Amino acid sequence: MTSDQIIAILAAAIVAGTPLLYAALGEIITERAGVINLGVEGMMLVGAVSGFTVAVGTGNPWFGVMAAAAAGGAMASIHAFLTISLRANQVVSGLALTIFGTGLSGFLGKPMVGIVAPKTLAVINVPALSSIPWLGPILFRQDALVYLSYLIVPLLWCYFYRTRGGLNMRAIGENPAAADSVGINVFFLRYVYTVVGGAFAGVGGAYLSLAYAPTWLENMTAGRGWIAVALVIFAMWDPVKAMLGSYLFGGIDAMGFRLQAMGINVISPFFLKMLPYIFTVIVLIIATRKSLKKHIGAPGALGLPYDREER
Amino acid sequence: MSNKQAELTSGKLTLAWEKRQLPSPWLSVAIPIFSVFMALFLSGAFLAATGFNPLEIYGAMLDGAFGSAYGISETLVKAIPLALAGLGVALAFRMLLWNIGAEGQFYMGAFAASWVALTFPDLPTQIMLPAMFLAGALAGGLWALIPAIPRAVLGVNETITTLMLNYVAILWVDYLVYGPWRDPAGFNFPLTAPFSAAAQLPVYGTTRVHFGLIFALVGAVIIYIVLQRTKWGYEIRVIGENQAAARYAGMSITKNIMLVMFLSGGFAGLAGMSEVSGITHRLQHGISSGYGYTAIIVAWLSKLNPFMIIVVAFLLGGLLVGGYNTQTMGVPSATVSMIQGAILFFLLGGELLTRYRIYFTRKGENS
Repeated sequence: MTSDQIIAILAAAIVAGTPLLYAALGEIITERAGVINLGVEGMMLVGAVSGFTVAVGTGNPWFGVMAAAAAGGAMASIHAFLTISLRANQVVSGLALTIFGTGLSGFLGKPMVGIVAPKTLAVINVPALSSIPWLGPILFRQDALVYLSYLIVPLLWCYFYRTRGGLNMRAIGENPAAADSVGINVFFLRYVYTVVGGAFAGVGGAYLSLAYAPTWLENMTAGRGWIAVALVIFAMWDPVKAMLGSYLFGGIDAMGFRLQAMGINVISPFFLKMLPYIFTVIVLIIATRKSLKKHIGAPGALGLPYDREER
Repeated sequence: MSNKQAELTSGKLTLAWEKRQLPSPWLSVAIPIFSVFMALFLSGAFLAATGFNPLEIYGAMLDGAFGSAYGISETLVKAIPLALAGLGVALAFRMLLWNIGAEGQFYMGAFAASWVALTFPDLPTQIMLPAMFLAGALAGGLWALIPAIPRAVLGVNETITTLMLNYVAILWVDYLVYGPWRDPAGFNFPLTAPFSAAAQLPVYGTTRVHFGLIFALVGAVIIYIVLQRTKWGYEIRVIGENQAAARYAGMSITKNIMLVMFLSGGFAGLAGMSEVSGITHRLQHGISSGYGYTAIIVAWLSKLNPFMIIVVAFLLGGLLVGGYNTQTMGVPSATVSMIQGAILFFLLGGELLTRYRIYFTRKGENS
């Protein structure tokens, strides 16, 4: 493999990892507040189709991205209502969201099948930075949503660990009763973070339909929403580790694709396509073992509805 | 617990709830029915908003699924894999094991049964069918055991691992039917050669309703008896309801997680076996049209009750058949999963009413 090919694969890893990154960041935000939302796949799909539809309709991909965020947030608000207000089972509600989102996106996307996005997110070469050898072509010849994710990751990290808001958020995820007793509005904040998390998943979906593919296909996420949920555990609920994890998964995805494109026929393409899924299972096992050893892990109240009467 | 006797003092009228001692029995029947109607109503509004006539579509669905002997037989055909996979999913859910890998376990069951049928085509029926039965159930069970072991030993999240393995199983079957197992006489379609007559499950009359229906019915009875009448079934129910109590009572949670997941996958594998042996008579691409996912809804809608699973599988089978029937009217096939998701939403929301009593109270009173 020449250095050009390696650079191409690494740059493709960033592109393939970005939808995972947005979705994983969204799920981290939601889970940090104590709500587990397994509907990421459904929210991504609805985000992908609404983003694509609006981008085609308006001719502006950024309106598409905004529509995708709104659609993802709207989907998440169903989950928020069911699990926070009505205290429904979070696992089943998330599954319902995925099933519903798969159907809804297929329904809404039917007229969009086969249409090519008129204008997608363009690659922008960052002046000066893009000419750094190796790093430039990998990191700084990407589109604006990738650059936006470079900004969001450190900002989220600061929000989580360096602000009052982030502290409150972690408090309602770890011990909602204690947070409630010092006057933090547990119900309201859980709503906010669930909806914001959904908006991130929606943007992740839009990245697939507006930059990665860029077209709409039914079920185009192909399990990426679930991989994002696994990434959250792998990243131990940390945005910086989620970024590294996303690019790692993106790399596996890109490599399988490249090997196929290079005409390497030793391994059947079906087996190459299995790689990200098998890798997810293995990584999840390793990550769980590690968090057991280090005694760090999921937010204390993750997945549990908060009920004031049971304090 | 707050006082439910609201005094008529001044203050804002607010909604309050208190936990019921026991879930309301009539509501636990009424709410699933109500959920289905609400989901149909909501989806109908959605269909109307996108320019379809919902009454016409629902009429066609009903007619396609239940309006004729043929329709009912086709509904039964869909109900068989839904019931078998639903029984498996419900068994795992009872222990709060979120096995959402029934789809993959279905594919592995179909694969293993096909392997038997294609490798030993000359076996007599009396040996062939039991061998396919065992192979299908075993393969589904072992496929479920892969995520069950890390779940039992380390607590690795089984929701994600079971789902990831669905994609692997589907790709594995695709590899076979697009590659080494492809029928040379199949005009390049992704399917294997047809099974010998000995490998085909008997059918009822001229319909496609096959012997898998008996598997499902017997399976429901066995699960009911095991759960309600045996010591092991009691253990499963205790672990599902209170893991700490179960551990204190000396029950092995690790062992039971693996066993229950194996059985859960076994039922889904059996669904795959009965589909290839009873319907397609060969392995082919897309052998399950999401039965494993619909089985999750079957399990939850029937409150994990094995007999209700048979009934609900029949109704949701009707939804699938009815859905096919409306595709000629231009209704997207995705409508069916939209309705399924909506049913689950209403069901989850409605469950609150079975667990809590809701009443109005005035703020500011003493309690």
